[in-house]
Amino acid sequence: MSSAQLDRAPAPAADLLVRGARLFDPRTGLDGEADLLVRGGEIAEIGDGLERPDGCEVVEAAGLCALPAFVDPHVHLRTPGREDEEDIESGTRAAAAGGFGAILAMPNTDPVVDSASIVRSLRQRAREQARVPVGFMAAITVGQKGEGLTEMADLADAGAPGFTDDGLPVVSAGVLRQALRYQRLSGGVIALHEEDPALSAGGVMHEGPVSALLGMSGIPSISESTMIARDAAIARYEGGRIHVQHLSARESVAAVEQAKAEGVQITAEASPHHLCLTDEEVRRTLDTGYKMNPPLRSEDDRQALIDGLRSGIVDCVATDHAPHSREEKEQPFETAPMGVTGLETAFAALHTELVLAGVLPLRLVVERMTAGGEPFGIPAPRLERGAAANLCLVDLSAAWQVGDAGYESRSANCAFDGRTLTGRVRMTVAGGAVAYRERSFAIQGVA
Amino acid sequence: MRKHLLSIDDLTRDDIERILGRAQSFAEISGRTIKKVPTLRGRTVINLFYEASTRTSSSFELAAKRLSADLVNVKSAGSAVDKGESLKDTVQTLSAYDPTAIVIRSPHVGAARLVARWTAASVINAGDGKHEHPTQALLDLYTLRRRAGALEGLRIWIVGDVLHSRVARSNILAFTRMGCDVTVCGPPTLIPRGVEELGCHVAYSLDGIEKADVIYALRMQNERMTGAFVPSLREYAARFQIDGRRLGAGQLLMHPGPVNRGVELAAEVIDSPQSLIVAQVESGVVVRMAVLYELLAGGGDPGDEMSSLPPALVRPESVA
Repeated sequence: MSSAQLDRAPAPAADLLVRGARLFDPRTGLDGEADLLVRGGEIAEIGDGLERPDGCEVVEAAGLCALPAFVDPHVHLRTPGREDEEDIESGTRAAAAGGFGAILAMPNTDPVVDSASIVRSLRQRAREQARVPVGFMAAITVGQKGEGLTEMADLADAGAPGFTDDGLPVVSAGVLRQALRYQRLSGGVIALHEEDPALSAGGVMHEGPVSALLGMSGIPSISESTMIARDAAIARYEGGRIHVQHLSARESVAAVEQAKAEGVQITAEASPHHLCLTDEEVRRTLDTGYKMNPPLRSEDDRQALIDGLRSGIVDCVATDHAPHSREEKEQPFETAPMGVTGLETAFAALHTELVLAGVLPLRLVVERMTAGGEPFGIPAPRLERGAAANLCLVDLSAAWQVGDAGYESRSANCAFDGRTLTGRVRMTVAGGAVAYRERSFAIQGVA
Repeated sequence: MRKHLLSIDDLTRDDIERILGRAQSFAEISGRTIKKVPTLRGRTVINLFYEASTRTSSSFELAAKRLSADLVNVKSAGSAVDKGESLKDTVQTLSAYDPTAIVIRSPHVGAARLVARWTAASVINAGDGKHEHPTQALLDLYTLRRRAGALEGLRIWIVGDVLHSRVARSNILAFTRMGCDVTVCGPPTLIPRGVEELGCHVAYSLDGIEKADVIYALRMQNERMTGAFVPSLREYAARFQIDGRRLGAGQLLMHPGPVNRGVELAAEVIDSPQSLIVAQVESGVVVRMAVLYELLAGGGDPGDEMSSLPPALVRPESVA
């Protein structure tokens, strides 16, 4: 598996001299003010007082922080089928605006991405429209019906970096077992939306005191954790590799921890909204911007996710960016669809709520936000000589109101809408090309 | 005064006292031959009911008419809602008539709060899903205080399908806010997880109910039987029905109606002197008049239109 399976629209290879930024990369140990030279889309030099080569754009970045670009393994681009909510161009533009250098799109579209021809057509479209490299996950089961396996080997050959029925769990343990057996032929991590439909039936929010107060049907934590335990046992038995999507509960973190301790090949992700928000937001506002699956849970669950991120039980951050139209979200809470956007706010939310609040160091947040491709064989971007240029320039002290200037995404159902966050992405270089410049961010020295 | 009545949670004890006192004043009007005052003349109240309702809808209608408001009743059946119009579009359409108040009953939690976002009118929650039914709680407080005197310290058992009951939620909040000691009781499958965080006790049998001052029975809904919430109505009735043996001599009985005779209540207790069920219905009109008055008439300035009314009586009548 390699990043060659990610596609983007043609863009000129970046030639940039980033001058005076704080270069920060937890993997290389880099942390200090220096210049960074990008030539032909690669990091050519890092050092003090670098000369500007001819034809090279100068980015005066004093006061900004240069980070390796983030990688999001869990994005809904709504293409094909719901391009009114998002498409490859708008979704990857939102990703670039959030500092992401690569993303993986989920296959629960209409039609479902369950054949090699659909993967190929999406990749072709990405080569025309995508602002950042994007990979297209394929379904585990045909039509995501949870019954017959997709042609996983052909799908992998067509470029699918992994498999998931995201949006739905693989209810049948037998089907998951077969998928994990077939993984020996096809490769590709199997990413799992963990939910027992019998336990979460009818639920619209976390089950607990808030759902009791509001009179809404709850989704208990065990709906997620019991499935994780089941699937980890199957993966251990079959020796397969699984990735647990959008962890939300303390019991789930414990289940992943136990599986890892037992040697299961398992990785896990958590979203910024589950790391920053709780079901108290639902109580306070009843706003459908806080309706998602899995639901926002209790403060205790949130703390467990943070601990998991800190310890590495939670391997990476994934936004589960899920755009929905305004009309769909402007409904009573129980009838509105689940899902919130998050690409444009992921870093700022974690920086504000965790780093500035003194909960986690910047190093750890950046490490987890750049690790999202690793379970799928996509290496984390690094700020080092010879690496492809995948980086973002962030103003760590800039406060901004989410949604104030609109969104790059075609949808506005952001869980952080209206909040003031600190940390603003000014520029993103993805796959060796400039993918995003904030409108207000002036490039001061152009050759 | 507040602009909307969306939840009991939004009301202070003083707010509740004021509304109950105002209802007491309106009770005098209801005793007259001509039960009408011009207080809300020229103002428009829209009753927007997305669910079937007899008591709530008719008592809001009567309350508005007795205050001389113009009234429009909109029911989902036969309206544009039936044709698929969204709640927002319906509310914006109705708001074009410049109503002073919209009374909304909806099967969805939070519908009233949403409506309040979309209209300039005052919004009254007449029941939103399984969430709240604040005017029911107010009329229950009013009824109980008239009969029992002080509310402070009363031991109240709410028995039955708490999980699906908006009345239970509003009443737990309202009773505890007024200083009552509340226990919810029912099969564990019908008690929401975490409900004790609302400040009530939880019991899974009627053992100990003899210590209650008030038994508040909830309607057992037949449709719940299909969801494996209880194995059978027979077993439910055997364990949770309030009958002549379980209703002690000094205890009061309440129920929001409609009653399933022979399920949650035995016939002999429904019609007993301890039953406040009919009084609850009677209280509905005056309490809803008080709510409309508080929200629409500015609360503090009844002016000459109200001068024929006695001052708000905060003091309850003596115990029956």
